[in-house]
Amino acid sequence: MTTSTVKTPAKSAYWAGARDGTPFILMAMPFATLFGVIAMDAGLTLAQAMGFTILVIAGAAQFAALQLMVENASIALVLLAALAVNLRMAMYSASLAAYLGAAPLWQRVCIAYLNFDQTYITSIARYEARPEMTVADRVSYFLGVATPITPSWIVMTYVGIEAGQAIPEAWALDFILPIMFLAMVAPMLKSLAHVAAAAVSVSVGLLLVNLPAGTGLLIAAASAMVTGALIETWMERRAR
Amino acid sequence: MTYTTVEIWAIIAIMGIGTFLIRFSFLGLIGERPMPAVILRLLRYTPVAVLPGMVAPLVLWPGATDGQFDPVRMLAATATVLIGVWSRNVLWAILGGAATLYAAMGITALL
Repeated sequence: MTTSTVKTPAKSAYWAGARDGTPFILMAMPFATLFGVIAMDAGLTLAQAMGFTILVIAGAAQFAALQLMVENASIALVLLAALAVNLRMAMYSASLAAYLGAAPLWQRVCIAYLNFDQTYITSIARYEARPEMTVADRVSYFLGVATPITPSWIVMTYVGIEAGQAIPEAWALDFILPIMFLAMVAPMLKSLAHVAAAAVSVSVGLLLVNLPAGTGLLIAAASAMVTGALIETWMERRAR
Repeated sequence: MTYTTVEIWAIIAIMGIGTFLIRFSFLGLIGERPMPAVILRLLRYTPVAVLPGMVAPLVLWPGATDGQFDPVRMLAATATVLIGVWSRNVLWAILGGAATLYAAMGITALL
């Protein structure tokens, strides 16, 4: 191979990310159009609906906030509920800090803005599988994953607003979200500790599903993380 | 909706800033400082601790069926997990799960 045809690692990490992020366009489409439609139904202006989608860029929280706004809830309650739904991203942030903490501040700012479920879990799976990646490569990969998803989320919100019509329910695109999340998590179940953590997450999540916005999930996630860490420690002791 | 324009923009702005600060939190403040081993050990389980708990209610009580248990969706979810664990490949799991979903929907439509 001549040097002229060899891509720099950062560049190829970016394109690998873009490739891995592309399937999520399918996931962004139905939810973004739906958000556009219900934002209009709720009485938001075009600018407000787009502002929501661009500034907050977090599907679940946007739907939660809009729902409460339609019910004329107090502003404090709207904010509290929406931010509670997003608190899981603090866990993502901590988990990413271990891999990206050394990146320049402006890059960490960009990554923080783009840190949502799809970009986080796709990237963390890659970082775990390839511990030899440089920090620059990790940043490129993360931005690569975000590249196809973020514009589709924003553009499809606009399509939903203008078309005033969500993608028909008969297409069952609602279920693309669970399928994609499950498809991302399944290959990560690589030890007894991981399986146990996932099982605790499911059980506690189902048990606490009626707690207000997002709090049940936070408790489920915290218990699952402790379970995973404890079992890992226990397995290590036993192996010794 | 009875909020004023200013109130709506305030909600959007505060939500935007708050969400950013949540996402930036540890990534921004910890930076290069090493984290204690016990914290790293806990964080290693973040993906498998958050996603399954988030998805489980959507699988058991899908919004599209008004929260009624749907065997078709349950089957598709099971297929996705099995293919994902077996193949260790995200794309195969997505394709297999979606194929199962539409095949099962097609068969129930015919019955």
